[in-house]
Amino acid sequence: MTQLALVIDLNVCVGCQACVTSCKSWNTSGTAGSLADLNPYDEDPTGTFFNRVQTFEVGSYPNTETVHFPKSCLHCEDPPCVPVCPTGASYKRAEDGIVLVDYDKCIGCKYCSWACPYGVRELDPERKEMTKCTLCVDRIYNEALPERDRKPACVLACPTSARIFGDVHDPDSVASKAIRERGGYQLMPEWGTEPSNHYLPRRKTEMTIRPDEIVRTDNPLKVDGLKPMPDASTPALDDAASW
Amino acid sequence: MNPAFSVILLTTLTGAGQGLFLALFGSELAHALKLSAPMPGHDFYVLGALISLALSGAGLVASFFHLGRPERAWRSAAMWRTSWLSREVIVLPAFMATTALYALSHAMSWPITLATGAIGAALALALFVCTGMIYACLKFLQEWASPLTVINYLVLGCASGLTLASAYAALSAAELMTMMTSLAIALTVLGLATRSASLLRNARLRPRSSLQTAIGVHHPRIAQRSQGLMGGSFNTREFFHHRTLQFLRSVKWTFLLLAFVLPVLLLAAGAMTASPPLLWLAFAVQYVGLLAERWYFFAQANHPQNLYYQTIS
Ligand code: SF4
Ligand code: SF4
Repeated sequence: MTQLALVIDLNVCVGCQACVTSCKSWNTSGTAGSLADLNPYDEDPTGTFFNRVQTFEVGSYPNTETVHFPKSCLHCEDPPCVPVCPTGASYKRAEDGIVLVDYDKCIGCKYCSWACPYGVRELDPERKEMTKCTLCVDRIYNEALPERDRKPACVLACPTSARIFGDVHDPDSVASKAIRERGGYQLMPEWGTEPSNHYLPRRKTEMTIRPDEIVRTDNPLKVDGLKPMPDASTPALDDAASW
Repeated sequence: MNPAFSVILLTTLTGAGQGLFLALFGSELAHALKLSAPMPGHDFYVLGALISLALSGAGLVASFFHLGRPERAWRSAAMWRTSWLSREVIVLPAFMATTALYALSHAMSWPITLATGAIGAALALALFVCTGMIYACLKFLQEWASPLTVINYLVLGCASGLTLASAYAALSAAELMTMMTSLAIALTVLGLATRSASLLRNARLRPRSSLQTAIGVHHPRIAQRSQGLMGGSFNTREFFHHRTLQFLRSVKWTFLLLAFVLPVLLLAAGAMTASPPLLWLAFAVQYVGLLAERWYFFAQANHPQNLYYQTIS
């Protein structure tokens, strides 16, 4: 059985909010209806977003690390938001595991948002219907789009490729490999919701420099004025060093 | 959570309506079983059932204000197999219909009053269970996820209904007044015990989730720098009561006083002096107390999603 999901690499996310704007732009323009945008240019702007990026500071100064944390529906394998819905508007698709809201059935009772421990469902203040990440279900199977664009809008927008989209039940998918090889984990595992989205932890980045890298002519660490001026004919590692 | 007035009114109004119905049917049953209970005329039951119907009807109206799309409310009966909210949506109108039939059968002196009353009583009890389970089934809302939640909805609803029945009996069926007031006092004292039990339980709760499990970073010091929003969002509006701890604490003492202590004193005084005004006052005071109790019930619940909004929580 397929379970589509996102794997989010906290090690490379720079908190640029590109996924947030790209998500909003795609999903507010779709056929399912717009997402509210109240006071966008005034005090207290607010509105509906399927995806938000938060920032946390870990450790105490000066030994701190900044963690940018993108947060959207995790498409839980055992979603507590689904059985509580009185109308059946909230459901999990059998064929690909995406958790969706049938907007036309939703009565806006908010019960499902109470039943989601992650706070990723948002009642649209204008439509008065519950909304949440759809994994861009209207993109990923969309034959009107070129093949390479059939991915969630956030994944396409991410400049650091921090978002991997794929089937986490297929052990050979890029997503599953990333989870396996880079310590992918789930949020709040204590509630047994089995989120399908995984997060990749931050890793120590170490710089290694070999001695010959320090003395060679194209060493970028050399002060400009002290640069040796080799002959134009001397072979060099790149064009810039040959002047 | 941010307490919604529609839900506070729904649960307190229908709770009193269910309690009143149980009191009416209980007195009829006690008479039928020859438990030395006097049986007032049919009029007492007709008007009483209509008052109960009016209360649950008002609760039903209030519940519509909770919905974003009330015009689609009929759809909410669909998922009764999995959703306690859906079950409540079915049981409430069924209870109201049975209450109406109970009033009618008394008005027409049909011999089916006991049978209808029994069905109505079963539905009233089922409705308490549905209402309580809506909250008790959300396991990560640890303040609610306890059998005490269901017990409190049941006991507090019955207490409020019996207090109302006492006041009503004092006006129109004096022979029932002593029985009703003693039961109302007993249930109110029981309610104080069960509600205090849940207050004590909640005071000792250890949250199972932490900021560490919420974002999966296992470091003891994590500070939030940005919440992913500027002017707030659904998540900052729906899940926070936006009041001080002090305010919360004063609401707690207020409801302990108004819902339990004062009503017991007023009920006792009213019964001893056989004074309807005192008994009606007892009902009014207790109802206001229960409004505060329900507000506190919602405000006290700390949703794990609040971990992602450290600046507000
Ligand atoms: S993250 Fe929340 S809304 Fe999404 S499937 Fe899980 S419980 Fe439901
Ligand atoms: S808000 Fe809509 S989707 Fe959520 S539980 Fe209510 S009806 Fe279902």
